[in-house]
Amino acid sequence: MNQTHLPQTPTQRQRLLALTSRERLEEGWAELALPVDHRCVRGPETGMAMVRGRMGGTGNAFNLGEMTLSRASVVLDDGAPLGHGWVAGRDHRHAELIALVDACAHRPEWAERIDAELMGPLARELDAAREQDSRTAAATRVDFFTMVRGE
Amino acid sequence: MYVAVKGGEQAIANAHRWLADRRRGDRDRDELSVAQLADQMNLAVDRVMAEASLFDPELAALALKQASGDLVEAVFLLRAYRTTLPRLAETLPLDTGAIRLERRVSATYKDVPGGQVLGPTYDYTHRLLDFLQLADGEVPAPARTEQALEACPPILDQLDAEGLIERETDDGAAPYDITRDPPDFPVDRATRLQMLARGDEGYLLALSYSTQRGYGRNHPFAGEIRIGMLEVEIAVEECDAPVCIGEIAVSECQMINQFAGSRELAPQFTRGYGLAFGRNERKTMAMALVDRALRAEELGEPVASPAQQPEFVLAHADSVEAAGFVSHLKLPHYVDFQSELELLRRLRRAHAQPPTDDAEGGGQATDDGSKEPAPAAPQASRETEQVAP
Repeated sequence: MNQTHLPQTPTQRQRLLALTSRERLEEGWAELALPVDHRCVRGPETGMAMVRGRMGGTGNAFNLGEMTLSRASVVLDDGAPLGHGWVAGRDHRHAELIALVDACAHRPEWAERIDAELMGPLARELDAAREQDSRTAAATRVDFFTMVRGE
Repeated sequence: MYVAVKGGEQAIANAHRWLADRRRGDRDRDELSVAQLADQMNLAVDRVMAEASLFDPELAALALKQASGDLVEAVFLLRAYRTTLPRLAETLPLDTGAIRLERRVSATYKDVPGGQVLGPTYDYTHRLLDFLQLADGEVPAPARTEQALEACPPILDQLDAEGLIERETDDGAAPYDITRDPPDFPVDRATRLQMLARGDEGYLLALSYSTQRGYGRNHPFAGEIRIGMLEVEIAVEECDAPVCIGEIAVSECQMINQFAGSRELAPQFTRGYGLAFGRNERKTMAMALVDRALRAEELGEPVASPAQQPEFVLAHADSVEAAGFVSHLKLPHYVDFQSELELLRRLRRAHAQPPTDDAEGGGQATDDGSKEPAPAAPQASRETEQVAP
């Protein structure tokens, strides 16, 4: 049950695009073929995020270690609001594409197409891939049998 | 003390060229790709990430390749690389209850909501060498069920609901960060966990084993082990809500240990906690045992064993620091050694002379009074520099 036809919020789009491979995003972006030029106003650049855990899973935070993180901010040639993108790893183009989609989604008519033609399929693909992972894990679930003692 | 020496540039260049040749190996064979290592040596990659304290599978695989498979060297390479990157964000604390599980087992309950899920484990393998691996055999795809996994709520929640185990709650304290400020003993539990998370697995395994053998026994049960993928979120100025930047693989171990209580508080199980990047089950189990051992003082237990001594455990857990300081003994100590040699010769001369009335100080004879005759204690402070970053 996916609400992918509904308009998505910027953070919902950001999440989905960060969980999509750059290759797939590049492909989907090309298919949208939005007539747009952009330039980067920040980055793309790579740094790190300090990942925090919680003691016992629910207690106070502690610093687990860092992960690489890339980010970009872009502006469209018509000077519409900035678009931002963040993604784990060091792929500058991935961050830039996320920012680009974010910037384009500020225009209502493009947002509709982005959600229907890009986000919808990506959400369904992510769900399908996760379903496969889950079914693979479920195949290793242990069924216990109570041993019947000899009568 | 070691001293700077000059020269040897050509020898060093040739040594590194030979190293590159040795690393590449037989040119008639395909060269290993970093992608292959990330894929097919994934547990080594995960260990490098955990101990380097940087999650990036491609970089960890590159480090592994560059180090010819030497894990400690690979950890060093990746740790050194991280110093070149700026810190852009802190993540929200991971919600391990939301892990997309590939493995989840409990040694304390047979029947748990969601069940025991083995995942891709080496457990129950026969540890017999599989000669098919020599023969490039076909590998079948994994089995799948019709139904997805049921929800697997954290197992310790059950005990917590009955008040049978220490409750872990967040008081909002900002965690100390050893990458910003060096640890200053005594350190709090957040600092200990950060140091354990990057600690050498072999070292933590040995220490945790020592607690099981009686050196700081704490009666552990593996309450729950969870391994899988977890979304990571950061808070950014540009958005009101946290943004998800992707997924990382994590392993978590919740140890249930024997009781603590007081006049006010009824006896409860206590906890030890392990968390690590990647699929690092053994590491997280060892970490959880050592975390619990290091809580001895807090829980009013006698601190009598090595694994219970925070300064001892934590100051020696980092393989980069340990390898750096041990390895620096290879560097030129020519001047230092010459002075020791000189001292030894003087002591031997004094020893060979018949004792006189006024020099009886147990071999403490000095002829010029300019130097301490006794050999310096073998302590780190004697060194003026450390090699480790």
